[in-house]
Amino acid sequence: MTRRYHFGAVLSAIVLLCCGALILGQKVNAAGEGSITGTVKLDGPAPHMRGIDMSKDPYCVKQHASNPAHLETWVVGSGGGVADTVLYLDGWSGAAQTETSVPVFDQKDCMYTPHVLALDTNQEFKVVTSDQTAHNIHPLPNPMINVGWNQSQPPGAPPVTKAWKNPEVIPVQCNIHPWMHGWFVVVKGPYAVSDDSGHYTINNVPPGSYTVKAWHEPDEAQTQKVTVAAGGSATADFTLKAK
Amino acid sequence: MRTGLRKWSLLLGAAAFFALPLTSWAQLSTADIASRDNMEAHIGNLTGHVNARSTYDYKRYCVSCHGDLGDGNGEVAQWLDPPMWPKPRDFQMGVFKCRSTLTGSLPTDEDLFDTIARGLDRSAMPQWSQFTKQQRADLVAYVKHFSPRFVTEKPGTPITIPPEPEVTPERIKAGREVFARVQCWKCHGVQGMANGPSASTLTDDLGRPIAPFNFTEGSRPKCGDTDRDIYKIFMTGLDGTPMPSFADNIKPDEAWDLVFYLRTFMQGASKAKELAKTMDLKPVNPNP
Repeated sequence: MTRRYHFGAVLSAIVLLCCGALILGQKVNAAGEGSITGTVKLDGPAPHMRGIDMSKDPYCVKQHASNPAHLETWVVGSGGGVADTVLYLDGWSGAAQTETSVPVFDQKDCMYTPHVLALDTNQEFKVVTSDQTAHNIHPLPNPMINVGWNQSQPPGAPPVTKAWKNPEVIPVQCNIHPWMHGWFVVVKGPYAVSDDSGHYTINNVPPGSYTVKAWHEPDEAQTQKVTVAAGGSATADFTLKAK
Repeated sequence: MRTGLRKWSLLLGAAAFFALPLTSWAQLSTADIASRDNMEAHIGNLTGHVNARSTYDYKRYCVSCHGDLGDGNGEVAQWLDPPMWPKPRDFQMGVFKCRSTLTGSLPTDEDLFDTIARGLDRSAMPQWSQFTKQQRADLVAYVKHFSPRFVTEKPGTPITIPPEPEVTPERIKAGREVFARVQCWKCHGVQGMANGPSASTLTDDLGRPIAPFNFTEGSRPKCGDTDRDIYKIFMTGLDGTPMPSFADNIKPDEAWDLVFYLRTFMQGASKAKELAKTMDLKPVNPNP
């Protein structure tokens, strides 16, 4: 008898969960959010990326024994696609915070992975280390815009969880390994970062007209106007020039 | 001839443009700074103000290095060459080395008060212990009023420092392990002689060269030379410099062990140094 009740309870729980999922799922669709997609390409040949001398730290040298390290200013894939370009909506006036995932910024093989981390304002991110050598993680915001900090991360260090209050392009460095250089690109609203082939998709864009901005280090910024229909997808392709 | 001139002026202009962000972040106007002249500082039962006295003292004793706008661009600043002579602090940024608060937070009023009295060794900043406490409290208010951060943010909470335990050989050995584990030697060197592999390339937040502390040469650490000061320095970090906070990676009890181990490098009598003489302490192995 009790067993039958258990079965009934489980069954009703499943039904309830399914209903919940359906209702929540519909909520997402009801907003009619669309997306903006496109490709970032480089005009001309990929610039030569200088190799990195890591001889300061034998651990770092060992990690790159079979795969030499290069600067990551321009990461250009086959077909001229440019990685690490941040695409976002200029002058976003929608919800205060659209991104709630907690991305990870890893110190791996004495390099930053990813090289460019895009973030919404107040979006938490985690700094971790995969290395068996000490790093210090030292972002350098303008103190008038965001508050900087500097924390050590020796091998096995716990993650450092942080967020940035205001939009800003923030360089980050390790003083122990001066070649380690990356970026926190803090924007308001939805964003995307181009992948190794230069593709990107900005999701969760409410219908409307926008100016898509493409940022690439050190100070490249291009814009394009697009209109996103309810549930639709707009396209904006960019062509960058290496200086 | 003319094209040559144009080319050079363009080049110089570009160089000046790119050097700009390196010299200063903020450049607030006199009016903006004056809008904060109701700033106060609270040290014990003393209250400091921006008043005639602190204005006089600042313009008499501080302005030549720190400048009228508190941006560190006083007349003398140009003659201070880092890393030998660090540049004067830019008060507008609200970023300070000597804090009892965690990295990324504002110092307490007491921290600034102590820094003024103590001065900063190996820099042009002398001790101002000849000032009365009230004068110093007023100057703290004056220093704070340069930065909007002291209006928009609260100072951090000072870290808790447990009472100092008795120095023992075991604790010194444990401190040596901490020194090896968190890799202080990367900059400070295995014997604390500021000759670690990363020492030569260090720069401060504005890209100016800076040297790590040499424990062996007899000068005092920048932010004080008591055991508690040394504890504070590595737990809070020296903001604006490459010295990070180790608070997440060194437990309070271990921190005292590290203080004792660092004492064995330093000149000046200490019990740790006496004990170290009886121990067979070898420098840590940088590449185990």
